[in-house]
Amino acid sequence: MSGNIRLLSDTLAGAKAEGRSALIAYLPAGFPTVDGGIAAVKAAFDGGADVVEVGLPHSDPVLDGPVIQTADDIALRGGVRIADVMRTVREAFEATGKPVLVMTYWNPIDRYGVERFTAELAEAGGAGCILPDLPVQESALWREHAEKHGLATVFVVAPSSKDARLAEITAAGSGFVYAASLMGVTGTRESVGNQAQDLVARTKATTELPVCVGLGVSNAEQAAEVAGFADGVIVGSAFVKRMLDAPDEAAGLEAVRDLAADLAKGVRTRA
Amino acid sequence: MPSEFFIPDPDGQVPSAEGYFGAFGGKFIPEALVAAVDEVAVEYDKAKADPEFARELDDLLVHYTGRPSSLTEVPRFAEHAGGARIFLKREDLNHTGSHKINNVLGQALLTRRMGKTRVIAETGAGQHGVATATACALFGLECTIYMGEIDTQRQALNVARMRMLGAEVIAVKSGSRTLKDAINEAFRDWVANVDHTHYLFGTVAGPHPFPAMVRDFHRVIGVEARRQILERAGRLPDAAIACVGGGSNAIGLFHAFIPDADVRLIGCEPAGHGVETGEHAATLTAGEPGILHGSRSYVLQDEEGQITEPYSISAGLDYPGIGPEHSYLKDSGRGEYRAVTDDAAMQALRLLSRTEGIIPAIESAHALAGALEVGKELGKDGLIVVNLSGRGDKDMDTAARYFGLYDNGVDAVVAADADSENAEIEGDAK
Repeated sequence: MSGNIRLLSDTLAGAKAEGRSALIAYLPAGFPTVDGGIAAVKAAFDGGADVVEVGLPHSDPVLDGPVIQTADDIALRGGVRIADVMRTVREAFEATGKPVLVMTYWNPIDRYGVERFTAELAEAGGAGCILPDLPVQESALWREHAEKHGLATVFVVAPSSKDARLAEITAAGSGFVYAASLMGVTGTRESVGNQAQDLVARTKATTELPVCVGLGVSNAEQAAEVAGFADGVIVGSAFVKRMLDAPDEAAGLEAVRDLAADLAKGVRTRA
Repeated sequence: MPSEFFIPDPDGQVPSAEGYFGAFGGKFIPEALVAAVDEVAVEYDKAKADPEFARELDDLLVHYTGRPSSLTEVPRFAEHAGGARIFLKREDLNHTGSHKINNVLGQALLTRRMGKTRVIAETGAGQHGVATATACALFGLECTIYMGEIDTQRQALNVARMRMLGAEVIAVKSGSRTLKDAINEAFRDWVANVDHTHYLFGTVAGPHPFPAMVRDFHRVIGVEARRQILERAGRLPDAAIACVGGGSNAIGLFHAFIPDADVRLIGCEPAGHGVETGEHAATLTAGEPGILHGSRSYVLQDEEGQITEPYSISAGLDYPGIGPEHSYLKDSGRGEYRAVTDDAAMQALRLLSRTEGIIPAIESAHALAGALEVGKELGKDGLIVVNLSGRGDKDMDTAARYFGLYDNGVDAVVAADADSENAEIEGDAK
């Protein structure tokens, strides 16, 4: 069975046709439990997310701030496995029919086996993968298998990326391009800053792929601001923080749904 | 005049242009760090070709560090090693008390050439942190050191030294709260502050060019040792032995001996409570190839690529990764790696203290314990060079608790029977 790269592209194109940005939510698998994580992904879709990235929790999340580190710790202590990540993707996709990606550090895939991972992800209905610590030069094997199984390869670009390198990265990527709004790890920020707009413009000069902005976005105002210049707005830590702060799981799911609804309004406002 | 103490690899076979030592190495880094890591590579290549860089570094290594370091024969210690002759390469006598200063001074000069004003570093035992804080004081650079919370406790003396030198020391509370987690936190800082900050990485791991560059700064250890042992013993040693955490002091000693096919290169990994107990940090003995902290190498991990928590009594060896060149040496068969338990290392620490009046770091004591084994295997005609990579002042609290040396009734960790095994040590008060 082929993966859902086409569904991802169509979804992003659909948002564009509506004259708005897409809302992309990030939630780690296995947090607070595997079933709780699946419910959270469904709640994000329910509230209005167009796409969800399911995080594969890692023992050493060097690109994540304290919020996602805490969630990863909880998921790993709960014994989350790659099979649970696949089940999260499958159940979320089957319940909603919407595109679900996996976001993961490279070592778990390297160890699990690229062919095995891509085959299982495609079979689960996944749309692709975001690989924040796999540089384009080391990505040939991954891309070969991702392409074979109909999965998108979403690369991250950063404000420090030079123009020539942006062209190299976007030429190798598919689905969309993840533009990091600032130099730093995941986490909510007071403001998104103007580096993001410049990066999106420089990235768009190299590719037809949608360019979505992540890192630091936590509320509808920021989402509206980013929606003014990006094809998609990616929000992660703010969702996870709501769940960490909630008194119980039901309240956590409600908070995820509310935040998604709020952000969905934001991406339709365009500051 | 050619440089005497900054002696990069003249052969240049490995790593490849992409940073690969055979199947190991490379550059697995987030896009946000690509420009900065490339800048380090470009600047290091320029520095290598610049006689002024070598002159400046040589001057520091001689007049600040105190190179060349001595090669000390230890006959009373060697009596316990089957009578083989053992020489210690005294990196413990360098300024700041370990080999770490060799690399730190090189990278501090590079930091200045790159126009960066702030330095961050990770540290396990605190030796790299102290060396980095020292160089930052010397060069007037802002300095932040990340150290696992457990390590700040067991190496409290070095925390005080770093703060005395003006560095900020941040105790890292995530994960296993040891060296691996300190590196994670330093990477997070670097991603956020890369425009004005250099990550002064302390070992021969990390993304290219760090494994090759840090090795080059430490090559002087083996170059000196090779010359010194030829002068003193009239021949090359049968074995060069060093402890291996990330692997910097070991690669420093080994590298100049690689072309000497008859010199065995033996790395001693921390077996902790025993490799069979699972509580160890013996990466090459028990790990599998994977990616950690920017390069492919052997890694302690589970079958789904999660890094497993290491353990060693030695903070400096308590790391689930290893420099890629060691993985290359292991797989090519040129290097041999064996695991040494906490207990064996601690016994070797006390033995050297009492037979030679030299208190080694617990890290280096792993190499000494390896030398006791290898000496017995080689017999009377054996000749061994051991890298004494650091001095043991920082470890006196751990050692005092382990051996019950405090007067206030703190119990010894070591069992009475383990103690009696070495009752023949002269001067042993027990």
